[in-house]
Amino acid sequence: MTAMCDVAFLLLTFFILTAKPKVDDPSHATVPPSTSYIPVPDANMITISIGQAFGKDAAFFSVTEQDVRKEALTEMGKKWGASFTPEEQQRFAVTPVFGVPMSRLKSFLDTDPAQLKDFPQTGIPAGDTTNVNNNELYDWIHMSRQAEIALHSKILNVAIKADHAEAYPEINKVIAILGKQGLFKFELITSLKAAPKK
Amino acid sequence: MAELDTSGGGKHKGGKIRSKKASTRVDLTAMVDLAFLLITFFMYTTTLQKPKAMDLAMPDDQDKRITLPIAASRSMTILLGSHDKLEWYMGEAGKSAPTVDNFGATGIRKAILENKQKVADTHSGDEKLMEVVIKPSDKSTYQDLVAILDEMKITDIHIQAIVKISQLELDDLKKNGLQ
Repeated sequence: MTAMCDVAFLLLTFFILTAKPKVDDPSHATVPPSTSYIPVPDANMITISIGQAFGKDAAFFSVTEQDVRKEALTEMGKKWGASFTPEEQQRFAVTPVFGVPMSRLKSFLDTDPAQLKDFPQTGIPAGDTTNVNNNELYDWIHMSRQAEIALHSKILNVAIKADHAEAYPEINKVIAILGKQGLFKFELITSLKAAPKK
Repeated sequence: MAELDTSGGGKHKGGKIRSKKASTRVDLTAMVDLAFLLITFFMYTTTLQKPKAMDLAMPDDQDKRITLPIAASRSMTILLGSHDKLEWYMGEAGKSAPTVDNFGATGIRKAILENKQKVADTHSGDEKLMEVVIKPSDKSTYQDLVAILDEMKITDIHIQAIVKISQLELDDLKKNGLQ
């Protein structure tokens, strides 16, 4: 019994130390496999998830730092004509991934956390890639990068996490949005598969 | 194992009365149960395998100063079609008929390695390296794009670019039923 107890606690310690809580991603994207083995960094990252929501292609936005989220929300509110209470800002700061248009963001933040799972997240509008003044996804990326520079004087890296079955035009749309703000180097999130033997 | 010693000190025949000796063993069953319960909880709520990242660099389309011409003789163009299939050709579009191929080790990887060797044999100096132009069509998926970028890494191709597909190439994909 003593040995068993020792093993159990050893395993428990291992799991606690290596644990990273699972983030519930509303895009439900299953990423394609590749032989790339570099892990995605934990900090200073913007992740744009592309998946299906309600039968349509939808983009979801995520940034790792909480203060950057708050700052970006304030800036977005200024541009798109919405103001948020401190409670709503706090709620937004602890939301890791979201995908709602600005017009419905307020009701999304006012929803009870227990019912948030059922809130229909239809994705951030990113349709217009020619006119970036009218593109919410462009603004979220732009404002977050500005906030990161202002708050931490660091540059945010961008990663794209898309479902393996997503059509190329949707991916190209996001790449075009990133290109419009001078971002030409970014990361594609994949799962690991064994490299072929040479 | 873990049970308590319940036998009393007892009266030994004719001996002295000794005090009851307490067992030093503690019942661990409940503790082990709790530990395994916690292990199970952590296993379910955490992600063990971290996602991996693949770097992608796109050409700067606003900078018109840096334009390098691609030599037709050492460039390979890969067209990504639908149904997880692709076409490839060497040189200029329309001059040589594209080959329909599959993804994977026996398909495109073999073709890339063969063409790479051919280019290395027929060129010298700095021009020994093959250039690959990737043209995804609208019917191709993200998985195709990642797969082909992965092939670039596996086959050690250093010069590659993702470029918009032309009408001529789309027509050819359509002809082969890949659109």
